[in-house]
Amino acid sequence: MLQDAENILEVTDLEVGFGGTPVLHRISFSMRRGERVAIVGQSGSGKSTAIGAILRLLPGSGRITQGSIVLGGGTTRGEVEDLATASEPVMRAIRGERIGLVPQDPMSNLNPAMRIGAQVADALVANRTTEGKPDRAQIRSQAVALLAEAGIPDAERRYGQYPHEFSGGMRQRVLIAIALAGKPELLIADEPTSALDVTVQRQILNHLQSLVDARGTSLLFVTHDLGLAADRTDRIIVMSEGRIVEVGTPREILLDPQQEYTRQLVAAAPSVAAALGAGTLADPTPGVPAPAAARSILVVENLVKEFALRGQRGSSIRAVDNVSFEVERGTTMAVVGESGSGKTTVARIILGLETASSGRALIDGESLTTTRGAQRRALRRKVQPVFQDPYGSLDPTYSIERLIDEPLRIFGVGSRSSRQDRVAELLDQVALPRTVAQRRPNELSGGQRQRVAIARALALEPELLICDEAVSALDVLVQDQILTLLADLQDRLGLTYLFITHDLSVVRQIAHSVVVMRSGIVEENGTVDEVFNHPTADYTRELLGAIPGAAFAA
Amino acid sequence: MAVETLTPAEGGAGLGSGRGRILSSLRHNPLGIAGGIMLLVVVLAALLAPILAPYPPTEVHFDTPFQRPLTEGFPLGTDDLGRDVLSRLLFGIQTSLQVGVLSVLLAVVIGTPLGLLAGYSRGFDAVISRLTDVTLAFPFLIIAVGLAAISGPSLGNAAIALGIAQIPTMIRVVRGETLRIKESDFVLGARTMDASPAWIMLRHVLPNATSAIIVQATVIMPVAVIGEALLSFLGLGIQPPTPSLGIMLSDAQQYIFRAPSAAIFPGLAIAAICLAFNLFGDALRDAFDPTDTTRK
Repeated sequence: MLQDAENILEVTDLEVGFGGTPVLHRISFSMRRGERVAIVGQSGSGKSTAIGAILRLLPGSGRITQGSIVLGGGTTRGEVEDLATASEPVMRAIRGERIGLVPQDPMSNLNPAMRIGAQVADALVANRTTEGKPDRAQIRSQAVALLAEAGIPDAERRYGQYPHEFSGGMRQRVLIAIALAGKPELLIADEPTSALDVTVQRQILNHLQSLVDARGTSLLFVTHDLGLAADRTDRIIVMSEGRIVEVGTPREILLDPQQEYTRQLVAAAPSVAAALGAGTLADPTPGVPAPAAARSILVVENLVKEFALRGQRGSSIRAVDNVSFEVERGTTMAVVGESGSGKTTVARIILGLETASSGRALIDGESLTTTRGAQRRALRRKVQPVFQDPYGSLDPTYSIERLIDEPLRIFGVGSRSSRQDRVAELLDQVALPRTVAQRRPNELSGGQRQRVAIARALALEPELLICDEAVSALDVLVQDQILTLLADLQDRLGLTYLFITHDLSVVRQIAHSVVVMRSGIVEENGTVDEVFNHPTADYTRELLGAIPGAAFAA
Repeated sequence: MAVETLTPAEGGAGLGSGRGRILSSLRHNPLGIAGGIMLLVVVLAALLAPILAPYPPTEVHFDTPFQRPLTEGFPLGTDDLGRDVLSRLLFGIQTSLQVGVLSVLLAVVIGTPLGLLAGYSRGFDAVISRLTDVTLAFPFLIIAVGLAAISGPSLGNAAIALGIAQIPTMIRVVRGETLRIKESDFVLGARTMDASPAWIMLRHVLPNATSAIIVQATVIMPVAVIGEALLSFLGLGIQPPTPSLGIMLSDAQQYIFRAPSAAIFPGLAIAAICLAFNLFGDALRDAFDPTDTTRK
């Protein structure tokens, strides 16, 4: 059944349909023993469906309609099996024991009411090959060993803790321990680190890689990040719309892509583009700045924000510690940092949603937190936000027209018909057809929604846009389009952006200057070129090193 | 997601019009249509009761008690006093619907704003939620007895007692929704535009809570209809000989084996009213729910 005895997995002409609609179209690929293969694709490309089919865990009405998935016989146990037709009991024996899965979201994949150790022990008991009553002490020591192996310090003590006492990275390590509990020969990792910060991501992946190498496990790595795939695997499978577009080594895919789609993907992949030093959208040296425009539009001075810790009277944490920077009119300033660095708090203070403990954030010399009445309203119109999640930031009960119209109505701008004209104009500006006006947000794609959010932010003709992770929820190609749109709008309208992001590669693409934050402190502040080419802070160097795809910069 | 499915453009800037969206959604929901038709039949029966009923509802025929359905002159039979079941049924639907609609209105009109306030402001929450707890601790029968003692048992008082009994649950539902919605990004977005609390509550929170309110209202409706039966049975609601579905049911209990039809028909009517409201309410909720993509 296997065409090559050295293969661990052979997928041939696999077709999967959901209620009659095919979503995978005859995909074929194979993996050799010990090989690391990446499946790269955007959301909707069918990559998750493919691993769902391999594990026979397709959601809802998903069915394998054609093709075979042959799993090679284990070196120590197990027969050659066609997973497409195997019975459910056979599949149960295969899952965990011969194919392990590291799921995507470390926040929701652990049972919050169950101790970490017990969850690992559960996996061990479920995958036990020997019959008989489990020896609890033995299971426990095995689970502790697994946790320690997955890189959890002080595993003996942490065995009895609950998931909420673990950070995201630590939870992901627990999930890896669970996936490895059955000593599988094939490990499928479904976007294992996309919810994590870059430096944590690097640690986890390094660790995963060494574990996999030490055990000779084959790794099927599913990701949307081409740079990450290139760094971590021997072979890349590019998928789009349920088809395999291209297969090749990382070098082939990145440096010599054969297909148009792959070329687009490589060009849009921010990490790769940043590493290759190409594809900057913003002109790093903004033309000849007009004398009036040279003035800073936003000045942040010694900003401090302390949050009182709940339940501990008197003690507090400094989310933002003495942060100062200036943003010149018409330029883009990026604030970069990992989760917990205080970057979002800075944005919220500038927007007047939080009050600073001390220090000031001045927009054209005035602060939203101290001004009142008409002065505040005038200032409000100068600064508008674009939020991260285009699914949550638009009221689902509103039509697109009403959404874009809302700021105008709140500020009582114009008559009904002049506002309609303005909405139409804004739709044109963000390159959305006017026909979307009566739709609801849920009828639009993520990229379209983010365009609506931008149109809404532009409605009051602001001068400063605060973009809080405005593109991080989007697929790379869409992300690229939105960044282009933002750059384009900046050229036409002379907008200033404060771009909050965790993604250094996006910074490279759009920003003129950068503030690097960690634990509420500004680590480094300078132009993009200075920070990227001559970083002075160790932390910046660490961040830069963690950008996937950096190896292909040469 | 095809662009072609859009309504034709009407607005000046070619933006089209959003009107008719809810109606068109209702039209495409077969269960909703069924519920709407049932509701229409029930309401028509109640409104046209004086015309449709062959006899006055209180007229007794001592010579023909316990008639079976389809008897000459009494399509649905008669009860122990020889009163025509059909006539009483039609007038009974009228009173039951009145009580049901009144108490639901009371619960929605008072519960929704209080729930919004409680969910939105911590200060109000402390007061409103404690009052809610107190009201919940009172059996609503005591409120009904109190009302009846003050101003005499009547249809209006029964409706008020039933409505008050349902206010706390309505407050809790709306408060919960408000707590959830006010944390969402779009409310944060509205705040960055300096939208007033009233704007946020009326234009963002309330529309997003509508489906929950409708569901709760359709749950209250049957409870109120049955609650009216209970109150009338205890003599605290509608006074005999005025017919109501509840009174007919409780009367029919005494001779359930001799004339089961006298109990079956009001029971069926209550079931029909509840079903109509539930089906129509579900359809209405789907029509109001913008995230529902199964329609069309």
